[in-house]
Amino acid sequence: MSKKMHTTLKVNGKQEEFLAEPRELLIYTLRERLNITGPHIGCETSHCGACTVTIDGKSVKSCTMFAAQAEGAEITTIEGLGGPDDLHPLQEAFKEHHGLQCGYCTPGMITRATKLLEEIPNPTEEEIRFGMAGNICRCTGYQNIVKSIQAAATEMNAAKEAAE
Amino acid sequence: MIPAAFEYYRPKDMDGVLTLLAEHGDDARVMAGGHSLIPMMKLRMADVPHLIDMQDVGGLSDIEITNDSIRIGAMVTQSDIIAHDGLSEVAPILREAALQIADPQVRYMGTVGGNVANGDPGNDMPGLMQCLDATFTLIGADGERDVPARDFYEAAYMTAREDEEVLTAVTLPLPKGGYAYEKQKRKIGDYATAAAAVQIVKNGDTCVSASIAMTNLSDTPIYSADAGAALVGTSVDDAALKAAVSAMDGDIDPTEDNRGPIAFKKHVAGVILRRAIERAWSRA
Repeated sequence: MSKKMHTTLKVNGKQEEFLAEPRELLIYTLRERLNITGPHIGCETSHCGACTVTIDGKSVKSCTMFAAQAEGAEITTIEGLGGPDDLHPLQEAFKEHHGLQCGYCTPGMITRATKLLEEIPNPTEEEIRFGMAGNICRCTGYQNIVKSIQAAATEMNAAKEAAE
Repeated sequence: MIPAAFEYYRPKDMDGVLTLLAEHGDDARVMAGGHSLIPMMKLRMADVPHLIDMQDVGGLSDIEITNDSIRIGAMVTQSDIIAHDGLSEVAPILREAALQIADPQVRYMGTVGGNVANGDPGNDMPGLMQCLDATFTLIGADGERDVPARDFYEAAYMTAREDEEVLTAVTLPLPKGGYAYEKQKRKIGDYATAAAAVQIVKNGDTCVSASIAMTNLSDTPIYSADAGAALVGTSVDDAALKAAVSAMDGDIDPTEDNRGPIAFKKHVAGVILRRAIERAWSRA
């Protein structure tokens, strides 16, 4: 067994410190060590995107990163975007537009979509489909996911305009 | 999926990296984005007792464009390539290829250096860099040396890089003329069934130079000088296209796998190369 490493992460605004073996994958740190169970384990082979979190401004599949690599990083998971009483516009839009059925892929979908809308605030359907291509959904057929993201974009752009 | 235990290092400079490599030899591996290496470690197909994370080593993330060349640091990610306006202007084929690699999340992590150094025949950048006649810079205990991309690949995962060396940069002459990177894959995130990189220069109605390389159709990328030569001096008409495809077909050596039997791969390679040449020619 290799030496445990002291690791510090900022997850959803909260400073976390722990000792972990270097081989500990970030998804396990989040789910089992920190009890942040929004990011899911789907395929565990960097394909499905259910484990997507935002790390220092990048959408990352947390099953393909060691916690040690994220030392010092700022991480946002679905829990950091909104809660039952203050839903993020994307969470609200997925609910309103039936952007989920079983919900397993949804935390990864929404976390990825926040970054997509940051980069392209008013995306076309094609840009959404291309930008969400790293997230797989086996229920919806994607149509309502696209609609949800479009609706959230409209909502977020209107809110931004109102604030200006 | 939990990889076998390993020691993790995050040196602050290249000296630190080279010291670790000298100490541990082929028991050590350097890691950039990790999106090829970590999956292999999880499957326990890669045994890496000493993992050297390159993220704190400075000076490897720059894109420098001069009047006649482009230098891309090894830690530049696919997503950096896509987002870099200057690069898309002078070498749009890089962006076109990067957009066809993996998926958005992987492109934030996956690097040019990792993609070319790994030696996986499925990676897209090696064939692309052979088409563009790039040079790879390697650093080791005895200093730096340059190896042309066209001489770098020996077999699957076997390259001219020694165990104690690190690939630090990719340098290429400014590409000229029309371009295309055409890739056939089964789904987003998959490696190519066949892919073709084409850069072509036109004078009037005549092709004056053409460079062609193929991906995932042998245990190395394939630079097909004969396929390029088949186009030079022609108007890239149907006969020239057929000659180029036939020359390429003689250079590749695909194997049967879950992407299909050999005959199918050769067929797809021909279709993809024809499309790539036609698109590059239309842009020349």
